[in-house]
Order: sequence, then C-alpha cells, then structure tokens
Amino acid sequence: MSNGAIPYLKALVHIACLLPFAFLVDLYRTNQLAAFADPVNYITHFTGNWALWMLLMTLAVTPVRRLNPSLGWLIRFRRMLGLYAFFYATLHLLTYVFLFSGYDVPTAIQGVRQWHLLEPLWQLKIVLPRMLDDAEKRKFIQVGLAAWLILLTLAATSTKASVRAMGGWVWQGVHRLIYLAAALAVIHYWWLVKTGVRTPWKVTAVLVVLLLWRVWLSVAKRSRAKARGKAMWSQNRALR
Amino acid sequence: MLIRTRAEIPSSEITPKETYQAFQMSRRRLLAGLGAVGAAAATVGLPEPAWGLDKLKTVTSNYNVTDRDVTPQAKAQNYNNFYEFGEEKGDPARYAQKMKIRPWTVKVEGLVKKPQTLNIDDILNYRPIEQRVYRFRCVEAWSMVIPWDGYSLSELINFVEPLPSAKYVQFLTTTKGQGMSLPSGIEFPYSEGLRMDEAMHPLTLLTFGAYGEVLANQQGAPMRVIVPWKYGFKSGKSIVKIRFVDKQPRTTWNDMAPGEYGFYSNVNPQVDHPRWSQAHERLLNSNTVFPKTVPTLMFNGYNEVASMYAGMDLRKNY
Repeated sequence: MSNGAIPYLKALVHIACLLPFAFLVDLYRTNQLAAFADPVNYITHFTGNWALWMLLMTLAVTPVRRLNPSLGWLIRFRRMLGLYAFFYATLHLLTYVFLFSGYDVPTAIQGVRQWHLLEPLWQLKIVLPRMLDDAEKRKFIQVGLAAWLILLTLAATSTKASVRAMGGWVWQGVHRLIYLAAALAVIHYWWLVKTGVRTPWKVTAVLVVLLLWRVWLSVAKRSRAKARGKAMWSQNRALR
Repeated sequence: MLIRTRAEIPSSEITPKETYQAFQMSRRRLLAGLGAVGAAAATVGLPEPAWGLDKLKTVTSNYNVTDRDVTPQAKAQNYNNFYEFGEEKGDPARYAQKMKIRPWTVKVEGLVKKPQTLNIDDILNYRPIEQRVYRFRCVEAWSMVIPWDGYSLSELINFVEPLPSAKYVQFLTTTKGQGMSLPSGIEFPYSEGLRMDEAMHPLTLLTFGAYGEVLANQQGAPMRVIVPWKYGFKSGKSIVKIRFVDKQPRTTWNDMAPGEYGFYSNVNPQVDHPRWSQAHERLLNSNTVFPKTVPTLMFNGYNEVASMYAGMDLRKNY
C-alpha cells in the first residue's frame, strides 16, 4: 500500500465506521425507530454490539499484519478502529444514562427550549440514585463500566504526544489493557443475557482465537529471538 | 549471469488457517453486521402487515385501564418471549408461523372428578368471551397494556370439578411437531403453575385472543392463561395440558434460574431481580423513541389480589 493512498483509505474507513451510527440516526429520523416495540432496548444492543465488534477488529489488526510483511501499513488503522470502539462504547453508556435509566428526555429538552439551561442536570439528579444503585449492586454493570473506563484511558493516551510523554515502554504497558477491556466487555455480555440465551458465544469464540493468536505470536517471537541469539553466539565462538 | 530469483517464502510465514479465519470473521462481521442490522430492522418491531387473524366475537367487560394508552397491536405481536421459537424478541413472530393450531386438544388430568380431553373449539364456545384491558408486566422491566379476549379460568375449573385434595394447577405448553426447536439445557414442555386460589381468582383469564382477534401464534395461540398481577412468564402459552396436583409444580423459569424466578413472581417493586431493579418499568404503549419509565405498581396495580398473600413474606416467596 503506497503512502499516498493511505489518506484516502483512512477517509473510507472513517465512513465505514460511521455507517452504523448513520443507520441508527436514519432510523430515528424516519420514525422507524419509534415503531419498534422497545426502541431503547434496540439502541442499547446496537451500540453495545458495534462497540464490541470494533474492539475485536482492533485486536485483529496486529495478528493480520504479521501474516505478511507487506501488510505492515495496517498498523496505521489500529488507533482509528480503537477510537471508534470507544465511540460506540460511549454511545452505549449514554444510552444507558439517558434512555435506559428513565431519564426524562422530553422534559429536559423542553427546559432548555425555555432557557432553563440547567434543566438537563436537574433531570440527571433524579435518575442518579437509580444508576448508582445499579452500579453498586449489578455485577454486569460494574464490569461494563470498568471496560469503558479502560477504553477512556486508552483514548485519552492515544496521541503521539502521549507516547512521547509516557515513553514507549510505559505506553505499551498501558495499552495492553485493551485485552482486559475486551474480556470485560464479553463478560458484561454474558452476565446481562437471560439464562438460556447463548448469543454471546460467537464474540467469545472470536476473542479467544484473537487472544490465543497473540500468545502464539509472542511465543514464536521469543523462540525466534532465542534461536538468533544462539546462532550469533556459536558464530562468535567459531570466529575466535 | 546473475539471475534474480524471488526470495523464497519460508514455511514459517505461511498463514495458519485460524488466523486467516479470524481475520475473515472480523471482516465478515462488519459486512454481516451492516446487513444483519438492516435485515433485523426490517423485521423486528416494525409494523408488520396484518397477520390475517380471525375475528373473535367479544363482549365488553369492566376490566379497563384508564390511565394508560393501549399498546399498538403490532408491538404486542412482534415483541414476544417464546424460546421454543428462538431467543430473540423478534424470533417468535418470524418462526411460529409453522405452528399448527388446529386440531388442538387440551387434556385435563390429575385430581379432578371429570378428567377428560377437550376440543379447543368447545372450550372457546363454553362461555361468552370478554374483552379485558389488562396491564402486562414482563420481568425484564418493560410493560404493555393489552386488551385480552377470554373468560375467567374459574369457569373451566368449575366445569371439571377439582377434588378437595387439588391445591395447585399446572399448565403445560405444547412441544410436539410444531416447528419448534427446543433449546438444550431447558427441560420442556414449558411448565407454569398457580395456587388453587390464584387460579380461581376472577382476574385469571383463560385467553383465546387479543384486540378482538384470535391470538397470533407467537402470542401463544390458540389458548393461553393471563395472570395480570404476576410477571409475564407466569402466563403460559399454547396450553395442551391442565393438571390438578397437590404439590407445588415445577415451573420452567424457576428450573432455569431458581435465584431469579420464583414460583409466585408477583409484580413487586420492592423485591429486585438479582440483576436489575424492579422499581420501574419501561412502558411500551406508544410510537415514541423516548421511553416512558413509570414506577412499578405492587401487584401490577391489581390490589384486589393482596388478600391472597396476607401474612406471606413476599421477599422469601418471590
């Protein structure tokens, strides 16, 4: 992939990553969303699914680009995919806060229209006890929140300036948390579905494959390095 | 002569099948996700064309809900829990159409004076069918307002004359040859039960239709029970057996998750489900995106049943 083509490809990937969101907005504006039996449930699942899928795509970048040296340019898309995972995860969180929890959106909007600009905050105060109760008591909310906080941290430290400021080694360590975030997200999914529902197994299988592949890669890397080291050492001996 | 040959690809660089497949999976996910979402949007929840259901002759009743709008019929017919036809809410509407609802018989057995097998059409014509607007509260914290068509279960119970030793009534759902795929790990047939006084309560409705039409297959055609003061899963669908027993019968959701679904399962805002609060519910009775979240009412607002539970610890008997 030539350097010149990358910006165009990036633009395309941006568009592709925003398509699900655009689809959701379109459903809303054409009133189709309102005709769903339970629109809030639908939005919650939609945003959650896309956050998880984006996360898995992010995790797939390195295994795929290691297949062939000519795929090295894929790394330049990893940050973008990761940030879109954070984008959809944030939408998912916002859906929980403003739609699922019983937040009174119509009243909040009406308040703002009448120049009571703090109305949305007062409405938030009303549902806050319910959300705190949820966070305190429900395990699946706790792991979901933990996954989002990790993604927040990674998003905040995703810039080149961050890498320079933290130093590559520390930055790498922090960004390894994405494995934990993906695992927590999958657990969140398993813990929220009803007994008997088995749909989470698909993303679980993909995650397991991707994680095992990373383990294999690092083991292979280490054994190659070891072999090189041994070869160099014996070569050294021969020269003496 | 220098012949430039292409560098050999070492065998270590050959793509293992799993990696390639993992990549394909992620790539397909994007495409499938976009497509599936489109397809799902086309089928889940959108107002379906009329199911072509037969009309039912009904009389009006005193049971009405005046403070909430009735749920649009399309929503009630496309958002159902009927695991035998799939785990998603839109699955029953899609897959239950294979179910044959005639001929249909209901076997009445157990501790009754007159055990017998009844034809569904005879049961249908036994008493005039009333239209009753009931609140319907799912354990998942959403609710609807639905005009069910039927008559009190007590009429049928009196007809078959249970013995004094009968303390509970068990309802068994069909499983045979109906296009169902029973998910593994769950013991079928779907079983639900009521205490005798609950079954005899005038509110308990032997239901044959909704909105003036017969039940759609995904709603539990041709006959189900509706117990409005309990969570929706207590209202068994597509009943083929009614059994009178002296011991509390097993119920399917209690089998699957005993800590989450109890035998009584009365709507109770003070007793949380282990994974979510039951103090509020999303009222699905209008065509808006912004949900109406309302406080859950004790016994779903049917306080006339409270006397049956006087003295009972409803937290222990959830």
